Order: sequence, then structure tokens, then C-alpha cells
Amino acid sequence: MTVTDRVRPQGQSADEEQHSNRSVRRIAVSQRLSRWDIKLSPYLYISPFFLLFAVTGLFPLLYTGWVSLHNWNLIGGQGRFIGLDNFGFVLGQPYFWNAVGNTLSIFLLSSVPQVVLALLIAAVLDANLRAKTFWRMGVLVPFVVAPVAVGLIFNNLFADQFGLVNELLALAGLDPVRWHSDQLASHLAIATMVNFRWIGYNALIFLAAMQAIPRDVFEAATIDGASRVRQFLSVTVPMLRPTVIFVAITSTIGGLQIFDEPRVFDQSGLGGADRQWQTLTMYIWELGWGQRNFGRASAVAWLLFLMIVLIALLNFLLTRRIADQGGRK
Amino acid sequence: MSSIPMIRQTAGEGAAAAAAKRLNRPARRRPTHGRGRGTGGVRRPGPLTYGALGAVLLASLFPLYWSFLVGSHDSTALSRGIPLLPGGNFLANAAKVFDSIPFWKAMGNSLLVSTVTAGSVVAFSTLAGFAFAKLRFRGSKGLLVFVIATMAVPTQLGVVPLFIVMAKLGWTGSLWAVIIPGAVTAFGVFWMTQYLRDALPDELIEAVRMDGASMIQAFWYVGFPAARPAAAMLALFTFVATWTNFFWPFIVLDPSNPTLPVALQLLQAAHFVDYSVVLAGAVLATIPLLLLFIAAGRQLVSGIMQGAVKG
Repeated sequence: MTVTDRVRPQGQSADEEQHSNRSVRRIAVSQRLSRWDIKLSPYLYISPFFLLFAVTGLFPLLYTGWVSLHNWNLIGGQGRFIGLDNFGFVLGQPYFWNAVGNTLSIFLLSSVPQVVLALLIAAVLDANLRAKTFWRMGVLVPFVVAPVAVGLIFNNLFADQFGLVNELLALAGLDPVRWHSDQLASHLAIATMVNFRWIGYNALIFLAAMQAIPRDVFEAATIDGASRVRQFLSVTVPMLRPTVIFVAITSTIGGLQIFDEPRVFDQSGLGGADRQWQTLTMYIWELGWGQRNFGRASAVAWLLFLMIVLIALLNFLLTRRIADQGGRK
Repeated sequence: MSSIPMIRQTAGEGAAAAAAKRLNRPARRRPTHGRGRGTGGVRRPGPLTYGALGAVLLASLFPLYWSFLVGSHDSTALSRGIPLLPGGNFLANAAKVFDSIPFWKAMGNSLLVSTVTAGSVVAFSTLAGFAFAKLRFRGSKGLLVFVIATMAVPTQLGVVPLFIVMAKLGWTGSLWAVIIPGAVTAFGVFWMTQYLRDALPDELIEAVRMDGASMIQAFWYVGFPAARPAAAMLALFTFVATWTNFFWPFIVLDPSNPTLPVALQLLQAAHFVDYSVVLAGAVLATIPLLLLFIAAGRQLVSGIMQGAVKG
């Protein structure tokens, strides 16, 4: 009770007077406390996020730049400052450019069909179905299968020998595909894994956006004689523009960092004998933890970061343009 | 309806027929049951639609079935031709999985890491979301924009310094190295802010404040209960994301003390790979999340759909 302690020395003679004075002071103190409560609480509540994000997210990302300017070994630690030598070295490596190409190829093979198929599935799910929830849950099952498990399963499905896909091709009278040695074929197989896991998820996002479109727009289109296909292309898709942009950008950010599926596409995990499917994140791993060169690994991480920003931006402009054209037709 | 004879008299037979048609069409299509959300109005879709959906469903489930199929035969079954029905070898293969990787330890680790991460993300996100959605403070707008911007930052690219930090702390190989970097997410803060903004009336906070509750009491007695549905979904998504996460745990954890995905890929790292064992392991590692999906798949679906509309 510090309040009473402070009140007493002021020498109040009458008991009553002292009492009233004391309670006034108490209210004042509690008001002051409450003001601090109002002022400080919000900052207190948001601080765990900002502190932890700063330490585990932002700082490492920025410090990557510092590491990339040094000789830096996994075990030896920080060496001397070497300027842009790591970048020079990395940019001169055929494996770096190979990884850039592989990453872009797998990204394109997965993101474009992913968005298109998700839109189509969403359109089907948007019909007035019986057992809606059942179908919606059905398309989401792959989402709970870990990418590593997906990778292992598809690695077997796409096995060069005795793989189901090649057996089916043989049944159709076609030659087997060398999924684990041909570069484009391996990209196709890996892209299939990504698509398998994310199409249903994205379809549900599109479905939600479709249901937010006012129904009278479709009624007007029906009265104007537009077929359902025409309605889908000329009404649904343009009106989903913000959602398509959202999905395209999130799949860019995720897709360009792909690691899990190609990592388990063979035993060694380095991306094939000639690095046919080594992606940039796998290359970062090989430099950093395979060759123990943190400086070079950081240089690649920064380059990949720039690439992601650039492509996300390009993606944004492109998607907006496509959606705009759809709207104008 | 009464106007149709009048149209016939004034504008002729054809116009009356057209008018009748126009009037009747909506009447015929008026919903008798169902809620009429489909693009095609309230019309029930035909077998073609269900056929297409059936094919999609088959494609979603087939790889898992294939995994079980191969996992229930022996190592040479595939070379003898594609099996159509499961064999009786699953338990034997499962036993080999338990022999070759620390499966149960990995399962326990995954359970621990995912639960703690989900709890921490929900707690910190709800707290921050409460502040952003309901409390007035200097810089709140700018800070929220910062949070949203960080959602798009590929923090995975900071692995090298993160590893250096963990090594300095002596945490490499420990589960803390996986838990702490996942303990907050920008998405979580954004999600809870969006939800609480609509779900929690300002009057309610004012009322408990008038009754003399402190800020943290207001959060605990009014804010958190209001946030519960969104918090449950956030917990679910964080759990799944943490359970399936591979890249960072693979870098920072030892093969002797792994999470499930890290342990699972070890099955394939041996010299001789028996795919019946590998795929039996893939099935075993997926079962916990399939159980979760059966229990809470409905919430996952509505979580994704709500997130799409708000985000």
C-alpha cells in the first residue's frame, strides 16, 4: 500500500479529511496505471511477433548479405572479407545456371497447369452439388500428405523400370520415358508432385472467390444467351482477378524455393547424375552443407531472393494484364 | 400474370407468348430445395459433373492407395507385374521401417514440435491480432502493413545465418532449433487481426473496461473467447504445415533425433532401396495426418475458403 504511505507524511489533522484525500489519490494512481495500461499494452502484445520475427526471419535474411561477402566455412566460421568474389565464382559455375534453368522449368510446369486445373475444378465444385462437403474434402486430401512422402511415392510411380507410369505407357504401345535421366521428363515428374499436392487447395480458394461473385451477373449473362463455357471465360475468370493474382504470387514465392520433392527424387538427393533436376535451393544446400562453403551458399541465396522478387513482380503485371484482357472481351 | 391477356390485345399473339415464356422461366427455376449457390442457378448438375469430380477424387487418392499397394507386397512384386490388390506383407514391411529408422522417436518429435508450434503461433497471433484489430496505438497502421509485407518474404533464404545462430546457441540437433523459428508467423497475425476486427464488437471491450478490467483481462475474458473459431483453424493449419515441413528440420536436426519427414527420407538413402519398405513408411508417416483430416477436414476446407475471401 504505497498510496497510504505517501499520503500520511503530508500531515492531515482530521481523520475524515485524510480519508477522502486518500481515496482521491488512490483513484488518481489507478487512473495513471490504467493510462499506462492503455498506452503500453498494444506494444506489449505485438512485441513477441516482432521480436521473434526480427531474430529468426529478418536478421538471417539480411545477414545473408554479410556472409556472402566473406570467406565463410561451415566449421571454420567467418574468414576474410572478399567483396563480391563469391558472387563472381557462383555466376561462373555451369551448375548455377543449370539450377536456374531447372528451377524456372519446374516452376512453369507446375504453376501454370496448377492455376488452370484449379480454376476448372473450382468451376465444377461451384455447381449445385449433392454432398458438397464430401467433394470439397476429397480434393483436399493431398494437402495433408507431406511433400517428402509425395516425393517418395511419385518417385516410385515414375520409376524408369517397373514404374506404373511407364507400364501404362507400354500398355498404350508407347516407349518408356527415362524419367530419372532425361532433364525435361524429370521436371515433368517433379511438377506433377507439386500439382498433386496444391491443385485441390487452390481450387478451394478459387471456389470461395467464385461464390462471392454476385449471382445476378450470371443471370444477366444467361439472359444474354451466354453458354456456360462462355460465362466461365468471360465472367468468372475476369471477376476472379485478385484471387488469381494472389494464388499466382504465393505459388511463385513457394515454387521457386522448391526443395523437398526434387531432393527425394533419387537416392543421392543432389539432383541426378548430371544435376538434371537440381534446383537453386538444392544448390544452396550443396554449397553450404555439402561443400561447407557458407559464403557461396549465401551468394546463391541472395541471387534467388532477387529472382523471386523479380518474377513475383513480373507475375503480378502479367496476371493483371491477362485478367484485364479477359474482362474487355 | 394478369397482364398477359392485356399484352395479347395490345401487342399481338407473339409478344404475349414471349412474355409468358419470360415470366414462366424463372418460375420453373425457382428453388424448391437446396440453397442455389451454383453458377448454373439451382439446376442440379448432371452425371458428367459427378464423373469429372469422381476422376479428380480418384487422382487425389490414388497415390496413397498405390503407396499402400506397393507397401503391402514384397520387394520384387513390381518386377513381376503391377499388382491390383494389396498383399499381406504390410506388417512385415512396417517392422523393417521401425528397424531402419527411429520411427517412433520421429513420430513423438513431430507431435511435440507441431503441437508446441501451433500453440505458440496461436497465442502470439491472437494477442497481436487483438492489439491490431481493437486497440488504438501510435504506428499501428504502419506496423500492420509491415506484417502483411513480411508474409511475402521468402525467409527460407536466410537458412545460412539461421544455422550460424543456432550453432552459436548450441541448438543444432535440438528440437528448439525447429520450434523457435516457427513460433510466430506473419500470416497468423494477419489472420487473427482480420477475424477479430469483425467478430469482436468494440462495445464489449468498452463494457468490461468500464467494469474495471485491465487490458490483459479484457483480452482474456472477451478477446480470446471471440477469437476461438479462427484460433482453432490457425492451430490446425500451423500443425499441418509444421508436420510436413522438411527443409529446415533436415538441415538443423541429426538423423538420430529427426522429425518424421527427415526420418522418412532416410529410408531411401541406403545403398539398396526396397521400395516396398519405403512406401510402407510413407503410408505410416501419413496416417496421423489422415486421422486429423478425418476429424477436422471440414474445418480445413472452410478455413481455406474463409482465408480466400478475406485475404
